[in-house]
Amino acid sequence: MVQSLDRLKESASQTAGPYVHIGCTPNFSGIEGVFPQDLGASMLNAEARGERIRIVGRVFDGVGAALKDAMVEIWQADADGLYPSPQETRGTADANFSGFGRSAGDMATGEFVFETIKPGRVPFKDGRPQAPHVTLWIVARGINIGLHTRLYFGDEEAANEADPILSRIEHRSRVSTLIAPKTLEGGVPTYRHDIFLQGEKETIFFDI
Amino acid sequence: MSGGSFYQRDRSWHPPAYAPTYKTSVTRSPQKALIALDNTLSEMTGPVFGHDMLGPLDDDLIANFAKDGDPIGQRIIVHGRVLDEDGRPVPGALIEVWQANAGGRYRHRKETYLAPLDPNFGGCGRTISAEDGSYRFRTIKPGPYPWPNGPNDWRPAHIHFSIFGHGFAQRLITQMYFEGDPLIWLCPIVSTIPDKAAIERLIAPLDMANTVPMDARAYKFDIVLRGRRSTLFENRMEGN
Repeated sequence: MVQSLDRLKESASQTAGPYVHIGCTPNFSGIEGVFPQDLGASMLNAEARGERIRIVGRVFDGVGAALKDAMVEIWQADADGLYPSPQETRGTADANFSGFGRSAGDMATGEFVFETIKPGRVPFKDGRPQAPHVTLWIVARGINIGLHTRLYFGDEEAANEADPILSRIEHRSRVSTLIAPKTLEGGVPTYRHDIFLQGEKETIFFDI
Repeated sequence: MSGGSFYQRDRSWHPPAYAPTYKTSVTRSPQKALIALDNTLSEMTGPVFGHDMLGPLDDDLIANFAKDGDPIGQRIIVHGRVLDEDGRPVPGALIEVWQANAGGRYRHRKETYLAPLDPNFGGCGRTISAEDGSYRFRTIKPGPYPWPNGPNDWRPAHIHFSIFGHGFAQRLITQMYFEGDPLIWLCPIVSTIPDKAAIERLIAPLDMANTVPMDARAYKFDIVLRGRRSTLFENRMEGN
């Protein structure tokens, strides 16, 4: 035997189960009076800088049914591409923007909605700018370990083309699973982004 | 607090996406390989939540939904530390928990199990780890409950944990089980984890030293998040 590296193992993941909303969005699930509001329900206030946008989508299983019990979280930079995090070393992010959103999805349709701002660009590890993007994390009954993916913006064609991550994906036909087309809904720029867990249109998921 | 990329996740230690004895995973597991993504700032950073967010009863599930008395059940304290893989404490980690009541009934509109709700028990709580990584909840020991997987499957008593470390790549949801529960080794969700040692790390031992005499038993549950390297940018030490 060689010496031990003396390192701990990460706690193993388990599914969030069908009742994740009790703990993560209790007000949404009908447990009121414990927390004043659900974490991640609101990402910004009126003073936040940047273009107001909406991100809308659903999560589909391998037989094409929309999940009605998923929880989706997003994490993104502010309009200047700065993260509201102590790890951010390039400047101070917008104090009126949290960068973090959480949605349980509509219990009847499964649709999740985030009212947010369009993020600025963040450097890749070699300093090249990444295209504007939002990180998504999806948990649900039947998902044993949270799935990480990204949303890129359909109206950022040139930036997406040069993005250090998108540009090195081998199966080019799969890149489109990460790009949300832009529409205008009720005057609000809206990015529709459906996620497919399995099958023909399967979304790209990352091992980060 | 150092800010480098995280150690690679050992996906042979975690449950695989596709684990057919847990039936729902069959249609909810990706079939294509995950694409490896070196940590960028998007993964190394994450939301941080302040203690000022917490209400005085957020970590006390015995009291935070009580209407006209205490909930019924075994009073317990669940405590432990949030550590990283190098054994260092992770302070400031938001920990959210949820669970069924003493009879195994969840307070959720989609739940139909015949065991009754407890009018004084909600089943959710949250706290933020201290400087030494420690945390503590007060609650009622949850009951086991049946679920429609196999024709006669029962979940062991468990508490769900959701943890935010310092980077979004550390995001973790898991479940805590109780020492000595014979249902643990029969459960198709537990057995999605391939390694027995990994399962044992999710089983909280009875901790007599932290009991409150004539009041509550105690269980100790340590949580380990991914560790991280110590440089932010390998080729741009001055930052961007």
